[in-house]
Parts: sequence; structure tokens; C-alpha cells
Amino acid sequence: MILSDGLRSIGAAVRLWLAPSRVREEGSTPDYRFSLANERTFLAWLRTGLALLAGGFAVDQFLPRLHPAVRLTGTLVLLVAGALCALRAVNHWVRCERAMRRGEDLPLSRFPSVLALGVGALAVVMAVLVVLGRIG
Amino acid sequence: MGEPRRDGARDRAPAGGRDAGLQPERTRLAWRRTTLACTVVILLAGRRLLAGGAAGPVRAGLAALLALVWVAFVALAHRRVRELAAARRTPLTPRIALSAAGCTVALAAFGVTIASTH
Repeated sequence: MILSDGLRSIGAAVRLWLAPSRVREEGSTPDYRFSLANERTFLAWLRTGLALLAGGFAVDQFLPRLHPAVRLTGTLVLLVAGALCALRAVNHWVRCERAMRRGEDLPLSRFPSVLALGVGALAVVMAVLVVLGRIG
Repeated sequence: MGEPRRDGARDRAPAGGRDAGLQPERTRLAWRRTTLACTVVILLAGRRLLAGGAAGPVRAGLAALLALVWVAFVALAHRRVRELAAARRTPLTPRIALSAAGCTVALAAFGVTIASTH
């Protein structure tokens, strides 16, 4: 569900990249303040992705006592999550911009909940590792 | 935010040249924060590169990639900030949005590469 959603959105994003004026072709230009709010949301998601990347690099470099396989897994999971966040940021921004131009409701997304649950699970794992004295 | 205005005054700067919500300023600062976050990630990536794990030429190539990503992101942010300062408020273009996201994906790819080939 999320994956097919993501793949379709990446395809849409690439098509938009090749024809950037397409977003502007439909509907009417919304109040610029809404467009700027949408842009700031996009940037917030981008920063979320960058924060996940920073976490990935931190796990890689600052947890030398961790088992190498665990460390690599944690690093890769965080880095991939960061990349997904960045792609999702573009996709959601485009969908919101289109919805505003067409006067439709803003798109709903499961992504924030999934990400929050993932980060929560990761935090629990890290807490357990600290208690067990495996890291820190 | 208030109600959307439907009086056709959409692209005009409000009277006095500033709007009460300071939207362009807030957006400019959001770009600044994002550039800062990008810089932090690139510094972490650079630290990882210095710690070793890659051979000479590969390391030089990866260092060049990091420098390129940083310059690209700063240039994007700068361009967008200049657009925001103009009287006519142009919305973000998909090209800039995708490029900024592309920088993030490139950094992730860098991380995956260097972590996997320790």
C-alpha cells in the first residue's frame, strides 16, 4: 500500500521534474500565503529526513561498542528512512499544491503515523540497549 | 491564517509591502534552518570520510561529492531566498523542490555506500 503509493508518487515526481510547469497548468493560483505555508511544511519534512540521516551517521560513528551487524542495520535503516522522508516531502508538497489549485481537500497521508511509530520503536530499542549496557 | 482572499489580489504584495503574517520572512528562515541541517549532515559525513574506510581515489571522489552537494544546496536556498525577496511572490517550483530532496537522497546514498564498505 505505502510502497505502491510511494512508487507511483516517485513516478509522478519524475514526470513533474521533466515538465515543471505542469503543476501550474491546472486550477487557479492559490493565495501565495498558502503556497508558502506548503513550502515551509515541505522544508520541515526535508529537515526531518536530514535529522534521520544525521542519526544514521551518528549510529555509524559514535557507537563503537555495538555489534557490527546491529550497527550497520541501524545505520542503513535510518539512512533509508531519511531518503524516503525527502522523497515523501516532494510528493506531499506536489499533492497539496495541486489540491489547493483545484480547490479540493488536502491529501491525507499515513506516512507521519508510520514514521512516528518507527521512531518510537527505535527509541525503545535504544533505551533497552543502554539499560543492558551495550552502548554508552 | 484567516480566510483565503478571493479578491484577485493574490500576487500583489499587501499594502505597505509586508503582510502581517510575515510569510516570506518565515519561509526564508525555514530555508536557512534547512541549509543548516544539511550542513550538519555533510559535516558528519565528512568526519566519517576522514575516519577512513575508503581508498585514496574513492575518498577524493566522495569528498568531491559532499562538496558538490553542499554547494548545490546553498545555491538552491540562495536562489529561493532571492525569489522570496521579490515583490511578486512566486511559489516554489517543482524543480527546486526536487533538487533539494535530491541532495538529501544523495547524502543518504553516500552514507549507505561508506557504511557498507567499511
